[in-house]
Amino acid sequence: MTEVSVDPARSGPARSILVQDARTKRRNAAERRFRAYGLAAIGIAMAALILLLTSVLAAGLSAYKQTYLQLEVNLPAAKLDPKGNRDPAEMSKVFTLAYAPLLQQALAAKLDALGVTTTLSAKDMGDLISKEAPATLRNQVLADPSLIGSPHVIDVLASGRIDGFFKGRVTMESAALDANTSPEALRVAQALKDAGVMVTRLNWAFLTAPDASDQRPEAAGLGVAILGSLYMMIVVLVMALPLGVAAAIYLEEFAPKNRFTDVIEVNISNLAAVPSIVFGILGLAIFINFMGLRQSSPLVGGLVLTLMTLPTIIISTRAALKSVPPSIRDAALGVGASKMQSVFHHVLPLAAPGILTGTIIGLAQALGETAPLLLIGMVAFVRDYPSAFSSSTGLFGDPSTALPVQVYNWTQRADPAFVERASGAIIALLVFLLTMNAVAIILRRRFERRW
Amino acid sequence: MSFLKLTASGMAIVAISATAAMARDNVHIAGSSTVLPYATIVAEAFGENFTQYPTPVVESGGSGAGIKMFCSGVGEDTIDIANASRAIKQSEIDDCHAAGVKGIMQVRIGYDGIVFASDINGPEFAFTPEDWFKALAANVVVDGKIVANPYMSWHDVNPALPDQPIQAFIPGTKHGTREVFEVNVLEAGCKSSGAEEAFKAANGDAKACIAIRTDGRAVDIDGDYTETLARLAADKNGMGVFGLAFYENNTDKLRVATMSGITPSTATIADGSYPVSRPLYFYVKTQHFGVVPGLQDYIDFFVSDQMAGPDGPLAQYGLVADPELAQTQADVAADKVMDQ
Repeated sequence: MTEVSVDPARSGPARSILVQDARTKRRNAAERRFRAYGLAAIGIAMAALILLLTSVLAAGLSAYKQTYLQLEVNLPAAKLDPKGNRDPAEMSKVFTLAYAPLLQQALAAKLDALGVTTTLSAKDMGDLISKEAPATLRNQVLADPSLIGSPHVIDVLASGRIDGFFKGRVTMESAALDANTSPEALRVAQALKDAGVMVTRLNWAFLTAPDASDQRPEAAGLGVAILGSLYMMIVVLVMALPLGVAAAIYLEEFAPKNRFTDVIEVNISNLAAVPSIVFGILGLAIFINFMGLRQSSPLVGGLVLTLMTLPTIIISTRAALKSVPPSIRDAALGVGASKMQSVFHHVLPLAAPGILTGTIIGLAQALGETAPLLLIGMVAFVRDYPSAFSSSTGLFGDPSTALPVQVYNWTQRADPAFVERASGAIIALLVFLLTMNAVAIILRRRFERRW
Repeated sequence: MSFLKLTASGMAIVAISATAAMARDNVHIAGSSTVLPYATIVAEAFGENFTQYPTPVVESGGSGAGIKMFCSGVGEDTIDIANASRAIKQSEIDDCHAAGVKGIMQVRIGYDGIVFASDINGPEFAFTPEDWFKALAANVVVDGKIVANPYMSWHDVNPALPDQPIQAFIPGTKHGTREVFEVNVLEAGCKSSGAEEAFKAANGDAKACIAIRTDGRAVDIDGDYTETLARLAADKNGMGVFGLAFYENNTDKLRVATMSGITPSTATIADGSYPVSRPLYFYVKTQHFGVVPGLQDYIDFFVSDQMAGPDGPLAQYGLVADPELAQTQADVAADKVMDQ
């Protein structure tokens, strides 16, 4: 390259194209330095990304595996169905508390059968089993009352500490100091594992189960959060895409260029930079207090996120419309099309890939947003799956949470097992974001036109 | 043209949902983050056992924020229950009445201990409230004179304590825990060390008792106990203030200090010998009885022996069961309200 940049008019007699003079060397060195800076910047960014991903993956992948325990439980009719009618309505008067001792006895019997002796008290032995287990058993019995009276084989969750032991989070040393477990309990768990009674296996329930209370980290899942996020994304898509595209088309193609439209343009750019929590305050004031929509509902969450996403969509749509060459419009107008026909039949289809990309990136941004949801009551403990429509709550009116909110929630829990859950939720969120971005890239690649 | 249709249908969705009947069938709870774990445990068990009702929705946000939401009015878009780690104030009751909220039921669910803990590998500490006052106050009394806090090490404060730099992580002012810390620790220490007299003589009041030093030795934590725990992990000399339940879930990382010679536990808090504890409450809007299904059953279930009793799951998690639970149960059964 140096040969090209040598200015023949200024080169002195001593210059040769084979030997670099001092000035050329300096320039070359400056260029090399600049490349090094650029590489270093990319290197730092990559290192940060890799660090982040490895720490999240290392902490969170284990959330997708869970330790289960297979027990053969006796279901005495005298305790579970005192009246003997096998009527689920009557049997639901027997609370989960009555089912816990049954599981405890089943575990003790199992240990006896395996020849494992232990100094654990009956209560400590019960602590090997998750507090979710009695509810699992009760639901199975209520669903099929004919189970009562005979032994029933059931897979139940092991408690969080035991699960942590098999994942390396809990060690014999930490258990000795831990008020919630003991080295003896871990030893028994190891014996059960060796006998094949306890297995650590893939746990789809993490993606489908609802949240659980602080006492049952092993049962907590993302089901409600994923549904809530999905509903909100539907609301955002249905509201923000048409509104944003219509606004952008008008501003770009139809609006007269005057002071008023200039003000609007500047304000749209400003809106894109407004901190998202401000939209939460706005949502609380308008949608909940004024319009009377329901707190904690995906509808309100979706509307707030719509407000947040609109500027992104408008700006990217306008950029996409601008990139369509004027010759297309001129040709359409030249053969007698109306302004609207030229826009909808020619410009918009050509701008569609850019619009879709912008929309998907806007959606991805909205998917990861927590701050505005804090104010509209979506940072909550919700266990019932929200339904898309119900006659009492309307469309998307059931209380729900969202994926980033669930991460935030779990990082605040006392039990260390929730750290793993939170990292697992981050992985799920990242997978959703990557998928959306991949779709954006594919759409752009497939439909992009170059002029 | 399809965009116009989409927009129109989008608007229609909002219109439909806005006009839809606003009936709510789940109990809605908000408030103290200290009570939150207990409320979620009960809500979960309630949803499991009372299958005819949906599981209550529990929000966090702090005692003050919860009571504010509670007092914002009556109707299905307001919450039914406010959790609080302190008693409701008269000014808040007045706000409630002004908004038409009458018939507030106060339910005490038990007691919560506040513990002082450091890194598990650090030395043992045996504190008195006086030690904490002297270590954290902005001004202390030395040789009869009020001076800016000169102490740098716990050993300077009390020769019986290890020689470890003072670095305390205390709950921020938005927490209900801070109030208990100020009253039961700082003011108590201020009084017993005789500094209260000196402050009163100098300023006419004893507000200086709860003024915290600002040289970085005492750090306010506005987040949750998980943040305090993270700070302790980063600074091995740190001393943190936690709730008993949080400590009980992290006994493998924290070493708890005694206060006035008493080790905090559910037993020592229940018999009143451990000095730093406080009652936990929730407040119920009795006007929502019969409107929100399951509200009465939820309260009855919460205070029942199988939940809030000494062997129930709440006590297992770290709540100190209320010795007068039977009285609370009777009050709840009689729908006894605190105002009117």
